[in-house]
Amino acid sequence: MASTLGTYAAPLVNDAARDLADSIIIAVNTTFTVASRVYSSIPGSRIFAKYVKASYQNDPYRTLLEICLVIFMIWYFGGKKHKPGDDELQLTEKEIQELIDEWEPEPLVPPLTEAQRTELDKIPVISGSSGSKLKLVDGRERINLASFNFLGALNNESTKDKAIEALRKYGVGSCGPCGFYGTIDVHIELEQEIAKFIGADAAIVYSQGFSTIASVIPAFAKRGDIIVADAGVSFAVQKGLQISRSTVKYFKHNDMEDLEKVLEGIQRDQIEKKKPLTRRFIVAEGLYANHGDICPLPKLLELKNKYKYRLILEESFSLGVLGTRGAGVCDHFGVSGKEVDIIAATFSNALSSSGGFCCGSKEIVEHQRLGGQAYVFSASLPAMLAVAAVEGIKYAESHPEALARLRENAVVMRSTLLKNVQQVQCGGVEDSPVVHLRLRDHRFRNREDEEQALQEVVDEALRNGVLITRAKYVNDQELFLPPPSIRIAVTAGHSRKEVEKAAAIIATAVKKVLKGRK
Amino acid sequence: MGKGKRAHFDKYRPPISSADLMSTPSSLIDDCPPPLYKPQPDGKHKENEAHLIEDAPIGVLITTYMSYFFLIVFGHIRDFFGFWLKSDEYKHLKTQNGYAPINSGFDTFYHRRLYVRIRDCFNRPVTNVPGRTITLLDRKSEDYNRTFKLTGETKEVLNLSSYNYLGFAQSEGPCADAVETAVRKYGVATCSSRMEAGTLDQHQEVEALVARFVGKEAAMIISMGFATNSTTIPALVGKGCLIISDELNHSSLVYGARVSGASIRVFKHNDMKDLEAVLRNSIAGGQPRTHRPWKKILVMVEGLYSMEGSICALPEIVELKKKYKFYLYLDEAHSIGAMGPNGRGICDYFGVDPEDVDIMMGTFTKSFGAAGGYIAAKQEIVDRVRFYTHASVYAEAITPPILQQIYTSMRIIMGEEGGDEGRRRIQQLARNCRFFSAELRKMGFIVYGDEDSPIVPLLLFHPAKIPAFSREMLKRGIAVVVVGYPATPIITSRVRFCLSAAHTMEDLKFALQHISEVGDDMVLKVSRLNRPAVA
Repeated sequence: MASTLGTYAAPLVNDAARDLADSIIIAVNTTFTVASRVYSSIPGSRIFAKYVKASYQNDPYRTLLEICLVIFMIWYFGGKKHKPGDDELQLTEKEIQELIDEWEPEPLVPPLTEAQRTELDKIPVISGSSGSKLKLVDGRERINLASFNFLGALNNESTKDKAIEALRKYGVGSCGPCGFYGTIDVHIELEQEIAKFIGADAAIVYSQGFSTIASVIPAFAKRGDIIVADAGVSFAVQKGLQISRSTVKYFKHNDMEDLEKVLEGIQRDQIEKKKPLTRRFIVAEGLYANHGDICPLPKLLELKNKYKYRLILEESFSLGVLGTRGAGVCDHFGVSGKEVDIIAATFSNALSSSGGFCCGSKEIVEHQRLGGQAYVFSASLPAMLAVAAVEGIKYAESHPEALARLRENAVVMRSTLLKNVQQVQCGGVEDSPVVHLRLRDHRFRNREDEEQALQEVVDEALRNGVLITRAKYVNDQELFLPPPSIRIAVTAGHSRKEVEKAAAIIATAVKKVLKGRK
Repeated sequence: MGKGKRAHFDKYRPPISSADLMSTPSSLIDDCPPPLYKPQPDGKHKENEAHLIEDAPIGVLITTYMSYFFLIVFGHIRDFFGFWLKSDEYKHLKTQNGYAPINSGFDTFYHRRLYVRIRDCFNRPVTNVPGRTITLLDRKSEDYNRTFKLTGETKEVLNLSSYNYLGFAQSEGPCADAVETAVRKYGVATCSSRMEAGTLDQHQEVEALVARFVGKEAAMIISMGFATNSTTIPALVGKGCLIISDELNHSSLVYGARVSGASIRVFKHNDMKDLEAVLRNSIAGGQPRTHRPWKKILVMVEGLYSMEGSICALPEIVELKKKYKFYLYLDEAHSIGAMGPNGRGICDYFGVDPEDVDIMMGTFTKSFGAAGGYIAAKQEIVDRVRFYTHASVYAEAITPPILQQIYTSMRIIMGEEGGDEGRRRIQQLARNCRFFSAELRKMGFIVYGDEDSPIVPLLLFHPAKIPAFSREMLKRGIAVVVVGYPATPIITSRVRFCLSAAHTMEDLKFALQHISEVGDDMVLKVSRLNRPAVA
């Protein structure tokens, strides 16, 4: 039945279909003809068509590949897009609102502890100028062994005169970063003076000592670079290392054998894993603020040259203190300042001004004018302070006797202390003016207890006319928190007698406090 | 493109001397726009948003990208041949003797091939007070800006570049006199940190004054503005906390946020909808991976953005703060002193209660003509921050002369010294700001920023126009700041005018005339807003 119907119906269907097909073919044909005419009217189109035809003729694989690519493209772009975070739970608006309503933040800061509150109250407040001797707000005079006024140049009258002269010419603030009309001629002079003093090619001035090294390190050390640093470096250096995002390895404080071990380890690792050559730095301090000892520069230089590292030295405490000219740790060891790649320090210690600097080769310095964050994004050092820093350098150069007295005073301080009281330890080398006084052989419950005892010593000394201070740290942010200590800063501004007297007072205070605690 | 009507101010002569105009009352008040500061009745932030975001015309966009393309291609071609032919000059860029080059990659390429070409526009040395005028040391280069030599000559030019908003950069007058006395009494420095033995009675006095000025319980002063941000933020937040930061926040805020160890999220510049979206997502999502709730959220914004001249939408932020319980860190580096009818910053400007801002930060470098910065907050916060701010424990204390400058200038602003001098300066600055930016807009320049902002950025776009504008203005006796990548996005290079209360109406008209002429020559009047009818 079906087949009969099929035979009869077929010709009818076929005719209709044929007509339709014919008209379609004609339409398509005309379109093609028109298209090809239009196409051939474009100049050069024939050559193109020929080229395309020829290139496909003998290459079926190419055609296949291209079809595959087109399919892949359609699949890729047509497919569902995967965004990061798609795997996370999708919350509804209502749920989000509930979470927001429930959220209770912690207070912005936790309240101070009782110990902190007392500490805050005990911060000495100076009335009038700070110097080798000073008056606190209670009106009594004290011998000042707390400020880093190592050369005793702080209240130098000629510095004051020069600063006032600068005030009358430049005003106070510079009202702009160095890049934007904040470079004053006194900055250029200061840069030349300090470079000459250190013996480097060039120098760049920053407007705060602390921010200098914290900005210099990340200007050069980037992600992927290697830094090997002394474990005793001060906080500003640690922040520079942190922000650089480089691979940082520490060696034991002032332990050159350990340094060599670390360097060798890195070298082995690099050869084994065939790592590409990156910038490598060793970071150390001239005179360690946290320890009072001096870095073994000759050995450091030897190792740095052997393993091809660049050396970064922080000299805030050695500048104006070490060496025959007071030019820092290079001067101390009789090494040229050019041997060290990068030296950074503050003007606010021995040179009795404010701000910091970095010196090195011309390239090193120029790079910082665009790459040193604290240089580029901060207003420049006020002219008065730049002038005061120049005066500080001149003072150091023209007062060699101050350096000698400083060392002598340091020796006197240590020996008098150790002679008068057995229960203390004086950190640092013999003639270093930074004396870390620690209590020995005494059982403390914990760090807080030890700090408490030291604070009692400070208070007792203050009552008897000597201003000293505990070395203060942001305890929970220090990488290797140094043991608690009183940091005595000996200066050249004191006579031998004063130093002996002060040492005796401190010794008595230690004895009294320890006696009371037994 | 639409050429603006040429401004004719021929009767105004170039400034000849830096004589201090601040000490005599301005006589120009009659011929300038009417008084300012009409606080919005509802305290809401309303402004013409189109000003803030006007895009570059497509033609400018294309040619700017092309310029950079050519600069970069030619730079690479020069490098390619240089490396082979002049290997001595390129030594420092190659690995030598087992040392990797000290700087590499795009850093050095940008420096050598783009920056050095226009280096003469930056770091121009000066030699006097950065006041109404500034004296430049003339310098020249014989090796295409690689090195400069001072010629020994100087040139006094009108200063549209220093952050001397209230004109306190002075070497005379009550501030300078007080500073001189302070130097005699206190010396130049203290040689210790604040937490150890660097606190003078002067510090306490100035801190109390600052707290009173900004309307907070207590304040702490730090010896450098950059460090105020970079060392205080880690004292407030840490691991498990979230910082939500405006995308255009200053580098010091970014530095501080990174050091703190907190998570950082960014919202679109001054876009409150985006901030709210980020807040909602962050609070709901909690910490990454663990999804624990954040310990606290700190939103960091600036009062006045130094590259955009835009004012933060503080009232809206305070509203959001009430809704989402975050803490607010307001950086008023540029706005303190310069904004608000009493010069007390953004809160004063909007009439927002300072209580609503948790941490008020600001600097003294700008309006006060001094240096350093402050953190002002509730007593307990400041006490705590003293212990944990790196700069207060380790860095040198701010020095006596700087403190004195802050003290005296602040008291003048507050009207406690010098009669109505402070108010007059504030008014003069506000008047200058409105007049100057309005005139530039009328001329057809693309100008960013709020109409009350003392920072007026004018868009240059093309890299070649950066040095051209700066050099041309200098020739005409005006010092301006030009900024390009990386301080701004690559496409929106700009010149940034900083206005001051020390500028007279005459100075501004003189400057406007020249800007207009240079703008015509360089085809800078490409704004499609406020386009004046072609005469």
